[in-house]
Amino acid sequence: MPLFDEKISAQLGDILKNMDGAVNLAFFTQEFECRICQDTGAFLKEFSSLSEKIKLKVYDFLKDGQEAGRLGVDKIPCICVLDAGGDDTGIKFYGLPGGYEINSFISSLLEVSGKKEPIPDDLMKRIMAVDRDVHIQVFVGLTCPHCPSAVAMAHRLALENKRIRADMIDAAVFPQLAVKHSVSGVPKIVFNDREEMVGAGPLAGFLDIIERL
Amino acid sequence: MDFNLNAVSFIAEKNFSRLDIKKTYDIMILGGGPAGLTAAVYCIRKGMSTGIIVNEVGGQVAWTSGIENYMGYRHINGVELVQKFKEQVLQFGIDYEEGRRIESVSSGPMKGVVLDDGRSFSSRALIIATGKDMRRLGVPGERELTGKGVAFCSICDAPFFSGKRVVVVGGGNSAMEAVHDLAPIASRVIIVQFLESLTADRVLIDKLESYGNVEVLYEHEVAEIRGGSSVESVEVRDRKTGKTSSISAGGVFIQIGLVPNSGFVKGVVSMNGSGEIIIDCSCNTSEAGIFAAGDVTTVPFKQIIIAGGEGAKAALSACEYVMRLT
Ligand SMILES: Cc1cc2nc3c(=O)[nH]c(=O)nc-3n(C[C@H](O)[C@H](O)[C@H](O)COP(=O)(O)OP(=O)(O)OC[C@H]3O[C@@H](n4cnc5c(N)ncnc54)[C@H](O)[C@@H]3O)c2cc1C
Repeated sequence: MPLFDEKISAQLGDILKNMDGAVNLAFFTQEFECRICQDTGAFLKEFSSLSEKIKLKVYDFLKDGQEAGRLGVDKIPCICVLDAGGDDTGIKFYGLPGGYEINSFISSLLEVSGKKEPIPDDLMKRIMAVDRDVHIQVFVGLTCPHCPSAVAMAHRLALENKRIRADMIDAAVFPQLAVKHSVSGVPKIVFNDREEMVGAGPLAGFLDIIERL
Repeated sequence: MDFNLNAVSFIAEKNFSRLDIKKTYDIMILGGGPAGLTAAVYCIRKGMSTGIIVNEVGGQVAWTSGIENYMGYRHINGVELVQKFKEQVLQFGIDYEEGRRIESVSSGPMKGVVLDDGRSFSSRALIIATGKDMRRLGVPGERELTGKGVAFCSICDAPFFSGKRVVVVGGGNSAMEAVHDLAPIASRVIIVQFLESLTADRVLIDKLESYGNVEVLYEHEVAEIRGGSSVESVEVRDRKTGKTSSISAGGVFIQIGLVPNSGFVKGVVSMNGSGEIIIDCSCNTSEAGIFAAGDVTTVPFKQIIIAGGEGAKAALSACEYVMRLT
């Protein structure tokens, strides 16, 4: 049974027409798939059929350990968004980006394809000035209307600066990780396992934290 | 699996241009809830040069799961309705700014608007439609434990309280909606209500009995929220006896109503004691050329259809004002 009804497929198709270049998706799962891995695989297959600019490649987390290592994938299901040349952008989705998160997924595809809203100069300077490794984990719930904006901001930072990596993490799919970071409200944003922020602030708020890491 | 696709913001956003600091607008609309978005449609159709500044598009409507009293739709979810509003504004093309907060406003023959990033804009007339935001309790522990068990959005955060004891503060519709999100999964839900009865709609109250794990403390108020890395207990005070007691709980959902987003116009226009901007029936404020609409005003009853209607009225008043100037 298709995941998207006709209306959503048509809308998604229209939106994806705005993609500039191609985007590669590397999906990590394993042979004996967990339920959510199966669902995520099915979702991606259907999603990538909506535009020829989206190229999906499926990897086995264990057998393709080298590729997983290269991209820094440490759990599954994981979707890595790679650019047209197959290079890592630092953007990952852990879990199935359904519910409201479909919006952050689309926005990362558009941005990686080259369709980007300009960032004001002063903020861009601050982003480019980040010169240490930053790992942003954004914990979300799929029924949370304001989570996608936090995810999209973290992913945009990753896209602009190679030293920044950003993960969307569905707290319901990775409960242990959510407990480890005492997530009891979403979006919860964890920076380098050290600093944290609850709620979707402006881009400048992310940078304030990154600069004091 | 549901997909809450916000299609418009991807397709139609091309029709939006950024606000221009060099331009003098006829009308600048502050806020993008039902009042502001409706006002935008009216202003553009009247041929005014119009700008709109929106922190979060849709305002409170984007926080609402199901709406059953907006005409034309028997049932529609909040995000979908917002999308339709935005779509209707977008078809015209408008100067638009999203994700920014207005810091201050100045009056005079030319009005000024300053954003939190320091940029400022000028306009002949303003329509303030900044609506309302969640009210906070203002008790010790609330701020420190926000996101660590203190929560304001039940559709977002209810799943994290599965099997836990949870306090819901408030007795109105939004509090009851939080209870309905929590009761099926929490071990116990304790409602702390300031008044001697619940003020929510009958249909929502009647449903409470079906759960069996919900209790109500009437005429109680929260004095403090305690906890270390997360909420551990809620100290409540009995308003009749003054006695305090402690409820052990892993979470507190605060649903005690709303406060008007009017801080940035304090001293510029007159307000009532609760911070609502005082308007007359044409949406005039105390300042010529500054109009206001929707939940941020003294208009009785806060509803989507009312805010939309008020937005239309404010727009037409503002258009008349601008036309008289020239
Ligand atoms: C949980 C809940 C359920 C509801 N259910 C219903 C219902 O079923 N039916 C119904 O009719 N009504 C319902 N309402 C009420 C309805 O949502 C409001 O009456 C309506 O949204 C008011 O519209 P508004 O445009 O005046 O303000 P708001 O919707 O509050 O919008 C305010 C706008 O101003 C922006 N803003 C605020 N401050 C600033 C600033 N400083 N700078 C820039 N922008 C700013 C906000 O981002 C937003 O865009 C509900 C409300 C809530 C909270």
